[in-house]
Amino acid sequence: MAVEDIGSGCSSSGDQEFHVLAVDDSIIDRKVIERLLKISLTAVESGSRALQYLGIDGERSSLGFDELKVNLIITDYSMPGMTGYELLKKIKGSTKLRKIPVVIMSSENILARIDRCLEEGAEDFLMKPVQLSDVERLRDFMLRGGEDREVVGCKRKTRDDSCSSSVLSCDRDHPLSPISVSAMAHCKPISKRSRLLATD
Amino acid sequence: MEIVGQLQKQFVDFSTSLNHEGFLDEQYLQLQKLQDESNPDFVCEVVSLFFDDSEKLLNNLATALQQQVVDFKQVDAHVHQFKGSSSSIGAQRVKNMCVAFRNFCEEKNLDGCLRCLQQLKHEYFLVKNKLETLFRLERQIVEAGGTVPVIG
Repeated sequence: MAVEDIGSGCSSSGDQEFHVLAVDDSIIDRKVIERLLKISLTAVESGSRALQYLGIDGERSSLGFDELKVNLIITDYSMPGMTGYELLKKIKGSTKLRKIPVVIMSSENILARIDRCLEEGAEDFLMKPVQLSDVERLRDFMLRGGEDREVVGCKRKTRDDSCSSSVLSCDRDHPLSPISVSAMAHCKPISKRSRLLATD
Repeated sequence: MEIVGQLQKQFVDFSTSLNHEGFLDEQYLQLQKLQDESNPDFVCEVVSLFFDDSEKLLNNLATALQQQVVDFKQVDAHVHQFKGSSSSIGAQRVKNMCVAFRNFCEEKNLDGCLRCLQQLKHEYFLVKNKLETLFRLERQIVEAGGTVPVIG
């Protein structure tokens, strides 16, 4: 079973411990993500293992945790068996788990794919290879409680605008409709994605 | 301490040439940034995983291309995986070869795929050799009492 539980969960905030579930069929990428996150992390090799761990595959949670505490799920998109998108849908469809932020990673810059994931409720979409700067943003996001839209927000723009701005705060009073989530996605300052989108 | 200086210079020159010749790209430097006193063998461990994974993939590719009826989707899936792992460690030439390989898969061009497999093997063993040399130099520096220079 390819489940690696890396102990020592202290984040830079001192008191808080974060637990991240990483899902990727590549053992190399699991190792890199583990190191990038540098906080308490469990890495599994597939969507179905992830669901087992999270306790929503119909069977009992197999890893003996009395109280499941996962602050973030980061998953690869392309995996055999269950894609990251399918896993995302299952998580967002579960009353128990839908509040956990889910981040998708992919080596392929496909706009329709990004849109689909963000519309389904993914918090963010990272291009592989994932870098330290991406992970630092994720960690900041989690340190702020994980629900603060400001960190991943940006000024709303139309799809035609170029996306070179840095992070600006989003209007938190207005609930995000699916359209604005997409619009936000196109101008998220993820260095790789912004660069790639700009060349489309 | 002259020997340490010499080894360090050799290391820097070799690392720089690997970058200039396209064997290793910025991603390799990113991996090195993740190595520290608490994880002193991180890069070596990741690269070892890459070696194991790659050799398995190359065997799978050879087998898949030898079938009576070649399943190009399966071949493409293996190449996609190889592209991902080589990209994750910064093995640029291997990654680029995978990109070309995927085009032949899409065209269902068996000859093209077979040629790509040979070239892919060639590039993989080249970068494997280079990385092993790099690690050897690092070990020699440490054994001689020096510290490995940080590149980039």
